[in-house]
Amino acid sequence: MAEMATRNEMIEARRPPDQRRGALGWLRANLFDGPLNGTITLLVLALLGWGLWPLVQWALIEADWLGSTREACSGEGACWVFISARFETIVYGFYPEAARWRVDAVFLMLALLIAWLAIPRLPAKRWVGLFALVGFPVLAYGLLIGGHFGLMAVPTREWGGLMLTLTIAIVGIVGSLPLGVVLALGRRSKMPLVRGICVVFIEFWRGVPLITVLFMASVMLPLFVPTEVEFDKLLRALIGIMFFWSAYMAEVVRGGLQAIPRGQEEAAKALGMGYWRRMALIVLPQALKLVIPGIVNTFIALFKDTSLVLIIGLFDLLAIIRAGLTDSNWLGFAIEGYVFAALMFWIFCFSMSRYSQYIERRLHTGHRN
Amino acid sequence: MSSTNTASAHADGPMIEVAGLNKWYGDFHVLRDIDLTVARGERIVVCGPSGSGKSTLIRCFNHLEEHQQGRIVVNGVTMTQDVKRIEQIRRNVGMVFQHFNLFPHLSVLDNCCISQTWVQKKPRAEAEKTAMEFLERVQIADQARKYPGQLSGGQQQRVAIARALCMRPEVMLFDEPTSALDPEMIKEVLDVMVELARDGMTMICVTHEMGFAKTVADRVIFMDQGQIIEQAPPETFFNHPESERTRLFLSQILGH
Repeated sequence: MAEMATRNEMIEARRPPDQRRGALGWLRANLFDGPLNGTITLLVLALLGWGLWPLVQWALIEADWLGSTREACSGEGACWVFISARFETIVYGFYPEAARWRVDAVFLMLALLIAWLAIPRLPAKRWVGLFALVGFPVLAYGLLIGGHFGLMAVPTREWGGLMLTLTIAIVGIVGSLPLGVVLALGRRSKMPLVRGICVVFIEFWRGVPLITVLFMASVMLPLFVPTEVEFDKLLRALIGIMFFWSAYMAEVVRGGLQAIPRGQEEAAKALGMGYWRRMALIVLPQALKLVIPGIVNTFIALFKDTSLVLIIGLFDLLAIIRAGLTDSNWLGFAIEGYVFAALMFWIFCFSMSRYSQYIERRLHTGHRN
Repeated sequence: MSSTNTASAHADGPMIEVAGLNKWYGDFHVLRDIDLTVARGERIVVCGPSGSGKSTLIRCFNHLEEHQQGRIVVNGVTMTQDVKRIEQIRRNVGMVFQHFNLFPHLSVLDNCCISQTWVQKKPRAEAEKTAMEFLERVQIADQARKYPGQLSGGQQQRVAIARALCMRPEVMLFDEPTSALDPEMIKEVLDVMVELARDGMTMICVTHEMGFAKTVADRVIFMDQGQIIEQAPPETFFNHPESERTRLFLSQILGH
C-alpha cells in the first residue's frame, strides 16, 4: 500500500492565475471562465435578449415620444406622449398653475438640503440639519399652503401628484423614526406605566391594516368631533401614517437595542452619564447603525404605501395617473401610466436603498468588541 | 499626577466604607454581612473562587448593582436610590471591566473625551489634552485616532484604564481586568496598573494575578460564598493563611 501513496515525479505546474484587468479581464473572469461557463453565458444572454427585446422595442424603439395629443401615438409601441402631456398634473396635482413656482421652490430647497446632508465633505452639518428639521418644514408648509404674505391660499385638497406623495413620505419618514425610537426606549423602560403605554400603542397600531387606519382617520374621526372643528383630511392621514409606521419602527429599533451588550451601558454609567446621555451618545448610535437595513426597509415600505391614500380620496402620484386613464381623450394608455408610476416609485426607493448601503460602509469602524 | 488623591472636602475620612452589606438575586444570597473600610491611597486585591461575589461587591460601590441591606459610603457620600447622588458617586469612581467595554463607534480619543465633555462639561480642547496625557501614560497615544476594533485586547484594556482616569476619579475599581486577555498581553496591562498604584491611586482590584497582589497590594481580601473569609497584608495572606478555605484556594491557584 505504501508505494501507491508515493509519487516520484513532480506534478505539472498549474498556470498562474489570470491577472488581466479591465473589461476584458472582467469578462474572462466572470463570464467566460472556460467552455462550460462560456456556453452558459451565451445561452443566458440569448434568453435575456429573447425575453427582453419586445419590452425594449415597446418601451424605447417603437415608442412615441413627441407630440401633445392622442394623434401623436402611432399605436405600435408605448405612447409616452400620454405622460408628457400630463406631466405637470402628475407632478403638481391640482395645484393652481400660477402658484406652482412655490412647489418648485420647496422641491429645490429639499434637494439642496438632502444633498448637503448626504455629502460628507460639506461643513456645518449640525446647523443645516437643524434647519432641515425645524426651519424647512415651517417654511415649506407656509409656502405650499399659502394664504399669507400675499400668497394665494392653496388648500390641501388641491395638492396632488408627486408633490403629495413626497409630502406624505417625508413627513412619514421624518416623524416615524424619532417617534419609533422613543417608543422602543419606552418599551424597555423599567417604569411599568411608561412601558405599558408603549406596548399598547405599538401593538395597537401594528395590529391594524394601514387601510383601516386611513379609513378611520378620514371617515370615523369626524363622527366623534364636533362639526365646527374641521381637521384637514391630509393632516389626519399624515398622523395616521406616522403612528402606524412608528410602531413598526419601534420594533426595528428595539431589535437594535437588544443587540447592544449590557457592558456598553454599564461603562457609560460608570463614567457618570445619566440615562439620556447613555442612550443618545452610546447606545442609540450603535443600535441604529445595526438596524439601518431594517430602518430603510421600513422607509421603503412607507414610501410605497403612500399610494394607499387614494382610497380616502387624496390624489397621490399613482392616483393622479389613474385619474388620467379615465380621461376620455386618453383612453387605453393604462400600461404606459402604470409603468411610469412604477418607474417613479422605483427610482426613489432604489436611491434610498443605495444611500443606506453607502452609510453602512461609512459607519463601519472595524470589528465589534 | 493630579489625578491621584487630590484634596477634596472629605479628604480625611475613608475612601469607601461598607457596613452590614447584604444582597440577594431572588432567593440567592450573593453578599452576606460585608463590612469593609478602604482607606485613601490603599490598594486592595479581592480574590476568591468564581461565584463568590467579589465582582458583585465592587459593582455595588458604583451602583452597577443594587444592594438590599446595609450602608455604602463612597468618598463621604452615602449611597441611596437617588439618581443624582448615584451619578455624583460615579463621577468619583473609575471602573475597568473584564471585557473592556470600550465604545466601538468612537475613536480611542473620543472614548476618552466623551464623558469629559458631556458629564464634566469641559471644552473639547481641554478634554483632548487630558485624554492625550493619560493615553500617553498608558503608552498608547499613537493609536488615539484608531477605533477600538482595530486594537489588540491588551491595548483596548489600557485605553479603558485611560478612559476611566480621564474623569480624575478618587478611586479605581478593576473587575478582573486581565481575565479576558491572551497571556502575552496580561503584562502590559499589569504594568500600567502597577505604575498607577505607585502613584498613590486608591485601587480595589478583583483579580487572580497573585504576582500583582504580592507586588502592590496593601491588603488581600479572600471571599467565598458571599462572605469575606479572610483579609491580611499579602505577606501574611500568602505565607500564613488562617482559614482552611483560603489555604485550599491558594493551593489551587498557586499549585500549578
